[in-house]
Amino acid sequence: MTTLAERNRRVGLMAMALVGAMIGLGFASVPLYRLFCQVTGFNGTIQKAEGAKAPGAVVGKIVNVRFDGNVKPGMPWKFAPEEHVQRVAVGARDMAFYNATNLSDKPIKGTATFNVTPSQAGQYFTKIQCFCFTEQVLQPGETMRMPVIFYVDPKILQDPDAKNINEITLSYTFFPVDSADDEG
Amino acid sequence: MTDATAAPAHFQAHDDHAHHDADHKPGFFARWFMSTNHKDIGTLYLIFAIIAGIIGGAISGLMRVELAEPGIQYLPTWLEMLHGPGTFDEALHLWNVLVTAHGLIMVFFMVMPAMIGGFGNWFVPIMIGAPDMAFPRMNNVSFWLLVPAFILLLASPFFGGAGTGWTVYAPLSTYGEPGPSVDMAILSLHIAGASSILGAINFITTIFNMRAPGMTLHKMPLFVWSVLITAFLLLLALPVLAAAITMLLTDRNFGTTFYDPAGGGDPILYQHLFWFFGHPEVYIMILPGFGIVSHIISTFSKKPIFGYLGMAYAMVAIGVVGFIVWAHHMFTTGLDVNTKMYFTAATMVIAVPTGIKIFSWIATMWGGSMTFKTPMVWSLGFIFMFTVGGVTGVVLANGGVDNYMHDTYYVVAHFHYVLSLGAVFGLFAGFYYWFGKMWGKQYNEFLGHLHFWVFFVGVNLLFFPMHFLGLDGMPRRYPDYPDAFGQYNHLATLGYKVMAVGMVIFFINVIWSLIAGKKAEGNPWGEGATTLEWTLSSPPPFHQFETLPKVD
Repeated sequence: MTTLAERNRRVGLMAMALVGAMIGLGFASVPLYRLFCQVTGFNGTIQKAEGAKAPGAVVGKIVNVRFDGNVKPGMPWKFAPEEHVQRVAVGARDMAFYNATNLSDKPIKGTATFNVTPSQAGQYFTKIQCFCFTEQVLQPGETMRMPVIFYVDPKILQDPDAKNINEITLSYTFFPVDSADDEG
Repeated sequence: MTDATAAPAHFQAHDDHAHHDADHKPGFFARWFMSTNHKDIGTLYLIFAIIAGIIGGAISGLMRVELAEPGIQYLPTWLEMLHGPGTFDEALHLWNVLVTAHGLIMVFFMVMPAMIGGFGNWFVPIMIGAPDMAFPRMNNVSFWLLVPAFILLLASPFFGGAGTGWTVYAPLSTYGEPGPSVDMAILSLHIAGASSILGAINFITTIFNMRAPGMTLHKMPLFVWSVLITAFLLLLALPVLAAAITMLLTDRNFGTTFYDPAGGGDPILYQHLFWFFGHPEVYIMILPGFGIVSHIISTFSKKPIFGYLGMAYAMVAIGVVGFIVWAHHMFTTGLDVNTKMYFTAATMVIAVPTGIKIFSWIATMWGGSMTFKTPMVWSLGFIFMFTVGGVTGVVLANGGVDNYMHDTYYVVAHFHYVLSLGAVFGLFAGFYYWFGKMWGKQYNEFLGHLHFWVFFVGVNLLFFPMHFLGLDGMPRRYPDYPDAFGQYNHLATLGYKVMAVGMVIFFINVIWSLIAGKKAEGNPWGEGATTLEWTLSSPPPFHQFETLPKVD
């Protein structure tokens, strides 16, 4: 026969464990959310397929891909696509270039975030190679021509929510990476 | 509803021989500052909630005064009173500070302490026939954590002011507002959250382990059911908020980038985490009100509640479904059509258990021998107002409609109908219902009715025009608006004044009744009041149920 105090302690501890589990879940949501976005293309998260081959053009289905480039306010870079729009056959490999110029008198390291709109296209927009996969360093005044190689997965034609998309906007935003070790 | 009536003398702890121990009260300081008595802690919570309610209500008065006319009238003056002269932008920032403070105070420092800490502490142990809470000292810690939390929040306007809204969305809350005040508000939420979690653990343990012999879960009074479910919601939801706002703090102060795209984070993640807490939170605020109203309707209809088990499990269903509808607060963040469809449908499903409750209350009254004492009219007001708020809720649940309604005054009207008129009417109903039981003096019936009618007219005049403002497209959280919205805003401010008169009547009633009220009997409500608190004297002895009551 357990006393009331013991039973109270047990229930109290179980409730505490539940609280601990929920705190854990709260923090675990960060990697879980990232995983969820990568798997489902949620919020226009792009698919990465480094080194993969494009499946080949599907005849008769062409989408406009628009390119957009931004830098974080205050970052002394000029960053813009060479062409603002390209017509791409679904499934075909395509390459586009962005130009970035460091306008300051210091070397600056930057990294780009990216997504596509409409967000339903995220899971079909596949990048084979991209400057955004790595950090970029620009010396003072240097201009760099940066490629992105991608294709639009033909599976998009089977998705009732996405098959009518005929324009996809790919957007990049460059942020400065401030690491203490290479200051200046 | 359980039928736990028994001869009052039977388990009145204050029988002659037990009298000495049962009613021995410690000295003032030990009694109120080191209290472990659930009734005293409940009283402290109620006093705290009333003070917070006055402050939060006064802030909403400032907002209504500013909104009475188009243009900016008072904000620069108030800024000058608070900080000395400042720029026009700083005056506008003060508006955001007021909105934020009003929301946080009313949610975390008024409704929750009153419902759960106040009435929960007072009546859950008594209703289940327990002498006290399971962890009386932790109960004391729960209450006293709230005080520093509240002080932190109240102090933050003097350090610039947190103008992030009660939702504290990133990126505004991460790099949009530097300075210590947002950190203070976040820490205040942490502490208030810890307080609520400790309280929830206490309630769960008490209700599971300390019910009187014979009181099974299915015989438990509905108010106890509602507090049990609320405690579980707190336990599951608050830690997620704690995690989310801890990440805000580290993003602000320690260079992490959980919500900052520059480092691979995503501000939308914050919204998901916040609303995973935030949606259950709205049920946390309303469920105890459901419990209170159930008792009152049953008492004043002289009938057991209609469909007792259905009522209990409807609350369980509301609690469960409440966890899987959070993204209906985020319809405009770019969710795809299928996600919106799911969240629309799931949200509307909640109308089913809620409807069960509304219809069961009506069925309880049907054919009952009704008396319209003050608690009863407040409960009827609760049902009416909550139904209005529920209907606009079903409108807003539609993902497509919400694209238009999002962040308009329609939303403001909706959640004030369910909270300011739902939860608050529930609070007043409970306050009048248990007034005599808690303080031993009965409130004044005439003033109670007067309070109800003035308040009822006031809040409806205050909030109903906001539906039209929202439909016309007036966005929330702005201190100014085009002249076209002037008429309805003028009406709303008028409604605030009427409501404020109602509050004056309330305080007159409370003070007058405490000083000169009639002595309350053990059970002033007669045969309809069947729960255990009515078997005790009014006020109950300092320690009740030395001999545990038996429930058949």
